Amino acid sequence: MVTLLQIHEPGETPEPHATKSELAVGIDLGTTNSVVAISSEGKPEVIRDNDGSALVPSIVAYAPDGSAIVGTLAKGLLLSRPEAVVSSIKRLMGRGVADIKSLAGQLPYEIESTNSEGMVRLKVSGQSLTPVEISADILRALKERANERLGETVSKAVITVPAYFDDAQRVATKDAARLAGIDVLRLVAEPTAAALAYGLDAGAEGLYAVFDLGGGTFDVSLLRMEKGVFQVLATGGDAALGGDDFDHAIAEYFLGQRTGELHEKSFSADEAKVALMTARLAKECLTTDESGEWVIEARGETSRHSLGRDELDLLIKPLVDKTIKICSNVLDDGGVGIDEIKGVVLVGGSTRVPLVRKRVGEFFGREPLANIDPDEVVAIGAALQAEALTQGSDTLLLDVIPLSLGLETMGGLVEKVVHRNTTIPVAKAQEFTTFQDGQTAMSIHVVQGEREMAEQNRSLARFNLSGIPPMTAGAARIRVTFQVDADGLLTVSATEDSTGINAQVEVKPSYGLSDEEMATMLRASMEHAQDDMELRLLTEARVEAERAMKAVESALKADCSLLDDGERDAIGRQIDVVMAAVRGNDRDLINAEVENLDSVTRPFAEKRMDKGIRSALKGVEVKKLDT
Amino acid sequence: MNTSENISSSETETAPVVPCWSCHGPLTAGLAFCPTCKAVQQPASVDHFIRLGLEVNFDVDLSALDKVYFELQRALHPDRFATRTTKEKMYSQAQATAINDAYETIKNPLKRADYLIHIKGVNVMPDGCNLVNDPTILMEAMEVREKLASAETISMVDAIANDARAEIKDVIAGISLAFKGDDIEGACQLTTRLKYLTKLLGEVRQRRTQVS
Ligand SMILES: [Zn+2]
Repeated sequence: MVTLLQIHEPGETPEPHATKSELAVGIDLGTTNSVVAISSEGKPEVIRDNDGSALVPSIVAYAPDGSAIVGTLAKGLLLSRPEAVVSSIKRLMGRGVADIKSLAGQLPYEIESTNSEGMVRLKVSGQSLTPVEISADILRALKERANERLGETVSKAVITVPAYFDDAQRVATKDAARLAGIDVLRLVAEPTAAALAYGLDAGAEGLYAVFDLGGGTFDVSLLRMEKGVFQVLATGGDAALGGDDFDHAIAEYFLGQRTGELHEKSFSADEAKVALMTARLAKECLTTDESGEWVIEARGETSRHSLGRDELDLLIKPLVDKTIKICSNVLDDGGVGIDEIKGVVLVGGSTRVPLVRKRVGEFFGREPLANIDPDEVVAIGAALQAEALTQGSDTLLLDVIPLSLGLETMGGLVEKVVHRNTTIPVAKAQEFTTFQDGQTAMSIHVVQGEREMAEQNRSLARFNLSGIPPMTAGAARIRVTFQVDADGLLTVSATEDSTGINAQVEVKPSYGLSDEEMATMLRASMEHAQDDMELRLLTEARVEAERAMKAVESALKADCSLLDDGERDAIGRQIDVVMAAVRGNDRDLINAEVENLDSVTRPFAEKRMDKGIRSALKGVEVKKLDT
Repeated sequence: MNTSENISSSETETAPVVPCWSCHGPLTAGLAFCPTCKAVQQPASVDHFIRLGLEVNFDVDLSALDKVYFELQRALHPDRFATRTTKEKMYSQAQATAINDAYETIKNPLKRADYLIHIKGVNVMPDGCNLVNDPTILMEAMEVREKLASAETISMVDAIANDARAEIKDVIAGISLAFKGDDIEGACQLTTRLKYLTKLLGEVRQRRTQVS
């Protein structure tokens, strides 16, 4: 008997063909700092600059001609040329103008207020830039760093995103990579990447919590790790809570002291910027010191500020409380008790803050693990996954969708279609009907989040279903399918079930870039956009040719006896022709020769099918005789 | 696994031979990989139990379920096809999606019961068993909700949760018995009760955060 789902024998797992010399790196695109790492033969390595630093500050300075400087150099211009420098851009990824209003006053840059819809734009050095373009500049710098260090062009990467990033934020990240000429092998959740680094490093088994507090985002993931499987059970977080908020709390305290001391009524934007930098410095000092004194110099006035560890703890306590509450919710969601957790992993620079460490330790009742540098662990995990995806691996990452996907229904209520913490990839269908005779179109609003009302959640897209065959009201059965892929990205398709007609789905991303915008940006911002696109198509053609040749070779191995010498020679000659084409750079030639291979082998395929069907029939007959 | 062979053997006899999309050779419909060229295929339209190679049964060994689930995802997850052709990526995603769907359904006793009743021929999908006209459940639900609303301490809330958990255990045992006796109606009745108890636990959880 044949089981219907017969998977191949162990050891026979089809290994992905690693395209030679194609390097794939892991990138942690952080709010405050970014890191790039590479792994080969299971040994990950963070790529450092000449000074030995792995961290690239996620800060970009723009010249009036649009050229960008990224990293430490840009950071140095933060005070002297504030109008030309952008930091913490990750906070604006996938965000609309309305979202930003709630952050008003906290953001150290100027938002263009002309467009009220769509993606936010920033005014920097007299230019109008989207967060996607600015992030692309950071990614280019990281790619450049990897190219230099490895002496080869890196075009593929695993990029990490906060687990709690919604669809719009993930799409924005992927768009940024595309602009930077990076082929994203996979978007991996930051805590999952960290778990990968720990799990493979320490052979961890059992239930683990990953507490990831970065510059601008907070994630906590609950994972089951065993024998190479990393199964995320639940994840939670706050995509707008991080070390930046600690800085703001301290800066506010300093500014309060300063205005009192200097008898000022208010403070200027420059003062706020200096206060913020001083606050960051203070926070870092108080990681090791018990107290300290700092000076703020702005508008020609100097003010002195002292701060002790206890006062700092008091300032940031509400924020830390928030993270602990989220941890408790995630355990609840995963149906796991605290005593079942075998270990807690700390990730992100902000977990260096003593109060954070103390509270996490108290909550979980154990000393948290931090033996891999919390600033580098995510990039290390990403590099390991990049190697696994390109070179093959037995490790299995099973991640979840962090926030529910739903549809706006009557009265602005949300009907959830895909629930949060469902393992991805996942597909769910929902049926709709028309409510007017002859109705041929309907609009659907997709939202992401846990709140009851559509407007309280993140608007992802509005879809227009058109081409519904005209019928009486309620007769049409429109099935809308939500597919979430392994990157956590959503696509929607729709069919009218009673007629089988595909309704067209028109996607209007609420805060994303349209295809045209993306195309324009690609043209405008990349000198080598054309080359890049061509290279991608050439690679695709080669991969397809490899598949076609491998398929024919296996068929020859299995059913060689069905062919005479002449037929065998003809097929062999065409394989040689395809191989020669693959070695060249002519994409059209490769595609044409693959097609020729297909026609040369068509009679062979027919003979194989005949043989297969005959032997299947024979099998059935024998069985019938037996009974 | 003898029983599972019995169940699927009738399918196997009639499973047609179809061409592999990649090498165009013959292949038994429903296989995940072509036996000749090893190319991943489109997922078969089979029920969740067959997909995971399990017998159609309410009683499931969860560790065996995990084992087969991980084994299938190890072979079929899109991460295995990241550098392959577009079509292979597409089929792997469809396979992994179907496996996740099967796993999520079978892992959860409530979803498993609803699904089993559904494939036993009683059409209860998409909402599952929902015999809300059962007046005893309605009365009881009202009483327990009142009790929950007036619970002022964590321990009072936890007492309600513990009662519900204990009963869930009994109800699951009852559903298992009902299926064994081919009493689909009885199974549906108990599944409705399981649904109510599961929902109650959710409300308890909410109340717990309010109290603390
Ligand atoms: Zn094949």
